[in-house]
Amino acid sequence: MKTFKTLALASVFGLSAMATASASTLDDVKAKGFVQCGVSQGLIGFSNPYDQNNWTGLDVDFCKAVAAAVFGDATKVKFSPLNAKERFTALQSGSIDVLSRNSTWTMSRDTTLGLSFAGVTYYDGQGFMVPTKLGVKSALELGGASVCTQTGTTTELNLADYFKANKMEYKIVAFEKNEEVLKAYQEGRCDVFTTDQSGLYAEVLKFPNPADHMVLPEIISKEPLGPVVRQGDAQWFNIVKWTYYALLNAEELGVTQANVEEMKGSANPEIQRLLGVKVKNPDGTEADNDFGKGIGLGADWAVNIVKGVGNYSEVFERNLAQLKIARGKNALWNQGGLQYAPPIR
Amino acid sequence: MVAFVRTQDAPVAPPPANMTGAWAAAKQKFFPTPLSSVAGVIIAALVAWVVWTLIDWAVIRAVWSAPDRELCNAEGAGACWPYAFARFHQFIYGFYPVEERWRVNIVFLLGALSLAALLIPSIPRKGLSALFFFVIYPVLTGILFVGGMFGLTYVETTQWGGLMVTLVLSVTSMVASVPLGILLALGRRSTMPIVSLLSTIFIEVVRGVPLVLVLFMAVNMFPLFMPPGVNPDKLLIVIIGMALFAAAYMAEIIRGGLQAIPKGQYEGAQAVGLSYWKMMGLIVMPQVIKIVIPSIVNHFISLFKDTSLVTVVSILDLLGVVQSSFNDAKWASAQTGNTGYFLLAVVYWLFCFGMSRYSQFIERKLATGHKR
Repeated sequence: MKTFKTLALASVFGLSAMATASASTLDDVKAKGFVQCGVSQGLIGFSNPYDQNNWTGLDVDFCKAVAAAVFGDATKVKFSPLNAKERFTALQSGSIDVLSRNSTWTMSRDTTLGLSFAGVTYYDGQGFMVPTKLGVKSALELGGASVCTQTGTTTELNLADYFKANKMEYKIVAFEKNEEVLKAYQEGRCDVFTTDQSGLYAEVLKFPNPADHMVLPEIISKEPLGPVVRQGDAQWFNIVKWTYYALLNAEELGVTQANVEEMKGSANPEIQRLLGVKVKNPDGTEADNDFGKGIGLGADWAVNIVKGVGNYSEVFERNLAQLKIARGKNALWNQGGLQYAPPIR
Repeated sequence: MVAFVRTQDAPVAPPPANMTGAWAAAKQKFFPTPLSSVAGVIIAALVAWVVWTLIDWAVIRAVWSAPDRELCNAEGAGACWPYAFARFHQFIYGFYPVEERWRVNIVFLLGALSLAALLIPSIPRKGLSALFFFVIYPVLTGILFVGGMFGLTYVETTQWGGLMVTLVLSVTSMVASVPLGILLALGRRSTMPIVSLLSTIFIEVVRGVPLVLVLFMAVNMFPLFMPPGVNPDKLLIVIIGMALFAAAYMAEIIRGGLQAIPKGQYEGAQAVGLSYWKMMGLIVMPQVIKIVIPSIVNHFISLFKDTSLVTVVSILDLLGVVQSSFNDAKWASAQTGNTGYFLLAVVYWLFCFGMSRYSQFIERKLATGHKR
């Protein structure tokens, strides 16, 4: 019986990857040679299987950036498509190294699941879409409107809060499924369609006449989406966090995928520090600018990131511009947005 | 006195004029009474309307070639076929590396050939076909799909997808469920208390929980109990789970068949001195299988469709891979989803209908008089 059990166990695990257990995610990742990244099964602009075998999207590109930072090769990443229910367990159980799956950063998720959010790669929030012919320019003009939404979601609650706070009347037309909500809106059974703003932009693509609809500028809820890692591995957390910051810093300093090599010769000390360029100080000492050391990576960690996927703006343009999503809240801090990275020094 | 005795047949009168010809036949078949005439016309109109709508959408208004979503999103456009063409390979192979897909093709081809050799009665040497299909073929499939030996590149199961995964899941669990089910059914009816108890517990526990729950627990909870770093292969767990699940249902189907066999058959077999296994193998099981063929195929059909439940654990089987393609910014349009679902329905229907027809054929072939 015992032999049988051993055999059964061996056969179950025989085919599986037997990574040696160790405390450091970075060592694990280096040992297996790729970053295992949890992404959405399909969300326009964030993570999608492409015609060929590749994945595309903002969340996908972020994982590629992490792989580039670790290996100097943005292709050394494998994607696990996950649904909303299993995403956190997959991370907890160690089947993935980083979860980059449009997950909203909330206090309960951050504090009770044994997970840490490493940053906000996309500031999302609930928005409104209206037919252009309504002539509405702001959500504050929506008093008395009928609003199509999904039942039992936070969307419905946010809606109630917003209209109450602004002392506006409204009528809810709620449906069980997103498809039904969309259909009702298109058939004119309600004036307004509401869901997360990135979702609005994605859905309008499927409308027969996208130009007849517009997304209102207001965002009435906070849905900060970002990558998540397991708690308790500060080094890996820092790698993921600083990958994100490197993308932002690169944009801020004008370092792009195309010019990263020539930027290495830049005289700007901030760029020199980002790109880990060794420089001679005026007093003859040498500043090696090796900030990768602090996270267990090489001095060229940020160079690899930018070479691999470009800076934040390039990632954004590549994936979200085709949906006509404006930078909005996701612009850099010095351009009126919220994206802000601590300096590298 | 006999007044009249007919010595020859009366002349055969022709049938009444309104009973002959195509029109009369049609009238008798389709319009026998006024009520059924009306019902028939209404139903015919409905069917015609549905069929016409479908043809109109899938053929006439359909977009047949387009570089991207624009044309498919036009007002009044029907099915978006270019999207299906662009994604066709992904629907079949999932994320299997492009340059290695010949391996999958070989497995498909061998599977079709050996299945034909096994299922078509007029092809001789069933023993050889069975040996190939049940022993050599699975090993060959494993080697070709997974690779990592004989100079084949290793392809991990996370890259499998589409129809390939659907077929792997369903064929494995179908093939595994029959012997397992027979053993469990015999075990449950056994006079040995431990065997009977264990079989009963297994069958009842497995039948008592939803498949979705089993899949979800196996894939997401199981790794939590494992030492860190040990990641059992997701697809393997799912295949094992589905096979055991199918076996429990199969056991009850077989048990139903066992109960239909008259006691005399057992007693007769014992009287000529057959051992338990010989009695079962030579006398009882052949009769049982014949009786339960409709139930088995019914079970296979539902099993084939149940494989689509693996999407809840994010294995991109046929349904999963098609669904995930709806949200590609290049093809997202009003008709993309409809086209994908239509295609899915056709593919699933073809497989299930094929199974159903084959089972009817086998039933007719095996019918030996006592039809139930």
